[in-house]
Amino acid sequence: MSLARAIETGDLAELPSRRQEDWRWTDLFGLVRDLPPFSPANDAPLAPGPFAALASEQISVVNGHGQTRLVIPAGERHVVALRFVAAADAGAHVARFGVDVGDGAHLVLLESYEGEGDYLAEADLKIVLARASSLERIVITKDSGAAVSVSEAQVVLGAGATLGQTVLAAGAKRQRIETRVSHPGAGAAVRLDGLYLLAGKRHADITTVVTHGGVDGVTDQLVKGVVADQSRGVFQGRIVVAEGADKTDARMGHHALILSDRAEVDAKPELEIYADDVICAHGNTVGALDEEALFYARQRGIPDQEARAMLTKAFLDEVVDRIEHAGAREAARAWVVEHLEAAS
Amino acid sequence: MLSIKNLSVSVDGKSILDGLTLEIPTGEVHAVMGPNGAGKSTLSYALVGRPGYEAASGSVTLDGQDLLAMAPDERAAKGVFLSFQYPTEIPGVPALTFIRAALNAQHRARGEGEISAPDFLRLVRAKATALKIDFDMLKRGLNVGFSGGEKKRMEILQMAVLSPRLAILDETDSGLDIDALRIVADGVNAMRGPGRSMLIITHYQRLLDHIRPDRVHVLAAGRIAASGGPQLAHDLEREGYDRYAPRTLEPAA
Repeated sequence: MSLARAIETGDLAELPSRRQEDWRWTDLFGLVRDLPPFSPANDAPLAPGPFAALASEQISVVNGHGQTRLVIPAGERHVVALRFVAAADAGAHVARFGVDVGDGAHLVLLESYEGEGDYLAEADLKIVLARASSLERIVITKDSGAAVSVSEAQVVLGAGATLGQTVLAAGAKRQRIETRVSHPGAGAAVRLDGLYLLAGKRHADITTVVTHGGVDGVTDQLVKGVVADQSRGVFQGRIVVAEGADKTDARMGHHALILSDRAEVDAKPELEIYADDVICAHGNTVGALDEEALFYARQRGIPDQEARAMLTKAFLDEVVDRIEHAGAREAARAWVVEHLEAAS
Repeated sequence: MLSIKNLSVSVDGKSILDGLTLEIPTGEVHAVMGPNGAGKSTLSYALVGRPGYEAASGSVTLDGQDLLAMAPDERAAKGVFLSFQYPTEIPGVPALTFIRAALNAQHRARGEGEISAPDFLRLVRAKATALKIDFDMLKRGLNVGFSGGEKKRMEILQMAVLSPRLAILDETDSGLDIDALRIVADGVNAMRGPGRSMLIITHYQRLLDHIRPDRVHVLAAGRIAASGGPQLAHDLEREGYDRYAPRTLEPAA
């Protein structure tokens, strides 16, 4: 079951529902009563995307139509912006996209989800990292508050490959950014970070599954969230260490701030370990801003709203600071500032 | 400058300050001493407006203005500064960023212009050097991982940069070794002057060997039980607090 299958078959019964464990907090079956028509092709010129100034190459997939593949030849280095856009006339659409990063190549993939209106959209990505290649994937979402938007990425790593990922989710009516990583061990390293910053009635779901299949693999995950108003943040993180995947080093942290009585965070961090000689740790906290720190700042003269914004931004900066690409890091910082204003 | 009249404060339903009256004229340094549990920290928190420490009755004015009607940040902008007994750690906010935000917020509240980045850095560098604070420490999260002594020096640095009208020092000597105590005391003494008043809250007389107060008050049973010159601190050190309110001796709050 998936949103993509429901859109393609027109069968609402294919929508993921709360009866599926992985979708229990992001129920689409109970939400979508009828499917809008397929989105038409749309060639109208686009306003510049959030990463326009950073990328040497830009790929736009509008209403599910456009380029379907990106290949980075062995040894090359590229910075590419990949935009999934729902135009004003969008109904329902599915985009499929393949990314191949060749041996020893390096790609900074600046991915964005943008749209206006009440569309249903799914993007399915298949990303393959060859031996000793590296990918830094930054995902920024600018979905409409009326949209249902799902992104599912399958990432397969070769030996010695490096994946660094940061998802910045601002939510939608329902939004889910899912990443499934097949981790070979073998010196490969994964950083799988995320932020959600939600206001109004927005919903964002960051779901990740990393499966360590071999010895000597590293996964480091830090996800932080801030929910205001009546918004809802969901984090589901699962790290599986298969039998024999010894010397795995896997760490997962999820920390959320709840700024309103009517906002909600649902978190399920899971470590499934079938190997013996591993280092695995996870931490999960959900709470309010530190009242002591808030009072301390106010005693120094910083007004309440400014103090709250400063502490909230500091809380989120820890994730932003881990982005390696300097331009993307600053774009992420700007995204945080923009959405903090909406949340406070 | 500071005028406290019949101040009563209850914390968690328990009466802590009970009709406290205290005047600190402009330019003077006063010490308030008292046993643990006498209400010393409650007095400092009530003056700066900490939630949970609101006055039940009485009045507090600074230069004739009603301090109790103001929010904590408004009091700060009027020049009220508290050096905390236990300074809070603020992860992710470098000390430099924090102090500059505080200074600019106070300037804005007073209708003054913001300080430029170069002027700010010059100011902080000079004050940090005097307090023997490594400048690189100011680039780290405020107070995060700092020792007790480093935190107290960071409080005095903020005081020096923010240049308050009324400085309240709550148990500033606790956690300081003898060298750090001298550095901190020198920093405080450098700020004594005709336009600034200080309220030094302390259990021990030790700090008052370095910062010589104009007046010493004994806080017991929620009010000022005695007042005198600097000699009073030495008498207290020798004789203890028992004679003022033997029944108020309780474990520290």
